[in-house]
Amino acid sequence: MKKLINKPEDVVKEELQGIAAAHPDLVKVHFDPNFVYRADAPKQGKVAVISGGGSGHEPMHGGFVGMGMLDAACPGEVFTSPTPDQMFEAAKAVNGGAGIVYIVKNYTGDVMNFDMAADLARGEGMEVETPLIDDDVAVQDSLYTAGRRGVGTTVLAEKIAGAAAEEGRPLKDVAEIVRKVNANGRSMGMALTSCTVPMAGKPTFELGDDEMEIGIGIHGEPGRERMKLKPASDIVEMMATAVVEDLPFTRGDRVLAFVNGMGGTPLIELYVVYNELHKFLEAKGITIARNLIGSYITSLDMAGCSITLLKLDDELTKLWDAPVKTPGLRWGA
Amino acid sequence: MSIPYDDVVRFVRRYAEVIAENKEYLTELDSAIGDADHGINMNRGMQAALAKLDGMPGGDIGALLKTVGMTLVSTVGGAGGPLYGTLFMQMGMATAGKAELSPQDWSDALTKAVEGVVMRGKAELGDKTMVDALTPARDALKEALEQGASFGDALRRSAAAAEEGMKATIPLVARKGRASYLGERSAGHQDPGATSSFLLLEVAADTWATADP
Repeated sequence: MKKLINKPEDVVKEELQGIAAAHPDLVKVHFDPNFVYRADAPKQGKVAVISGGGSGHEPMHGGFVGMGMLDAACPGEVFTSPTPDQMFEAAKAVNGGAGIVYIVKNYTGDVMNFDMAADLARGEGMEVETPLIDDDVAVQDSLYTAGRRGVGTTVLAEKIAGAAAEEGRPLKDVAEIVRKVNANGRSMGMALTSCTVPMAGKPTFELGDDEMEIGIGIHGEPGRERMKLKPASDIVEMMATAVVEDLPFTRGDRVLAFVNGMGGTPLIELYVVYNELHKFLEAKGITIARNLIGSYITSLDMAGCSITLLKLDDELTKLWDAPVKTPGLRWGA
Repeated sequence: MSIPYDDVVRFVRRYAEVIAENKEYLTELDSAIGDADHGINMNRGMQAALAKLDGMPGGDIGALLKTVGMTLVSTVGGAGGPLYGTLFMQMGMATAGKAELSPQDWSDALTKAVEGVVMRGKAELGDKTMVDALTPARDALKEALEQGASFGDALRRSAAAAEEGMKATIPLVARKGRASYLGERSAGHQDPGATSSFLLLEVAADTWATADP
């Protein structure tokens, strides 16, 4: 294992110290239990939007804390859900009296830990909503699995829900916006290489030099199918077809197209992917009204990408365009 | 016979040791069908629980097990934290205020623990989870005690049933947790959660059955 770290067991703590040192104008970091929160929290009368999950997906979630996005983020160990005490303490720190929205990605551990945290917060008199993100079309059989995973749409939901909360919308509305984004967003990912969890010290899975894994999750979980590497045009067609057919997206739709790097993918390749996606959607009569290209929901050092499409209407477009000022995403402010 | 408080402490300490010894093995099992962190997470949690033991006033088995459970919830993370946390907290609630455990107390505690895990994780027998080791262990213990077996014998039969349940997860297709995303590809691998649950029952037998005449 080659990594720019000191000790594997200190990676999460030292990354958080780095965030605190780099962005004191935007965020503060609380240790033990660990959470990142807005420097100007709590915002009285504003719904607090909180998310969290295992570390290793940076900039998600800690990098999305700030004006117009998250009020707090709870980082777990690498690829491990955070714990209820983190989520509960984060809620107390940013509670502005208008309620808490926990944005939860659909993973067994995340769901159980956020459920326990929501119980704790309700016990303290807070109103809590826990909308779920489960947008990964790679999971075909939801009946005999833990259901679809939460992937790329999470980033979009955090931005859009954050904007809704910033506008002063009430708790139920903000939670409903998350559900609306989830209902209209679909994603699929692929990997060229495995990733290496620092504490494990070796790659999570083996992938031959001429192989790729389609339908990968964001934790190095194997995907739908392993196959020989193909040109980007074929790969994008495979992934985009699965995404488009699932919702389905149809002629005349306006979408936000999100091409995401898995952590070890150069931007030059992401633009090659975007170019293919643009052509693919144009041929289907689907208009890319907004886009996001870069590594925003990653899987440590994995090479690969994911494609997320979100069907836009005027409300979602306006909330997407609203100002945001976080370490990982900022415009208009 | 019954198990005094100090022997329950020995049980918790021994489980922490066994988890540490099997940290890499559990993580390896998890990397085949999950996300390669089960051993690492359980070890972190049990080490944190050990640190709490030293500050305990002692004497109340229920309080001891509840503290272990709460520590696991706040330190393990993932699915293992809520599940093993619930397991120990339920055992703690079932044994609240007790200074020693009768065989029936242990059987009741294990029954409550399994109930709690099933409620929290919503897994059924055959889903390729820790429930597949815990359920047969609970049943074997109950049956052995009903048949008038010695406590030592009952504990060994309970551990043997957990081991059988653990091994029976190998051909299963996972229906819960991260392994379920693999579908058919999850078959052929032993479930890491069932393995750490078997280790718990094995430690109970190893720690307590030897003291049995």
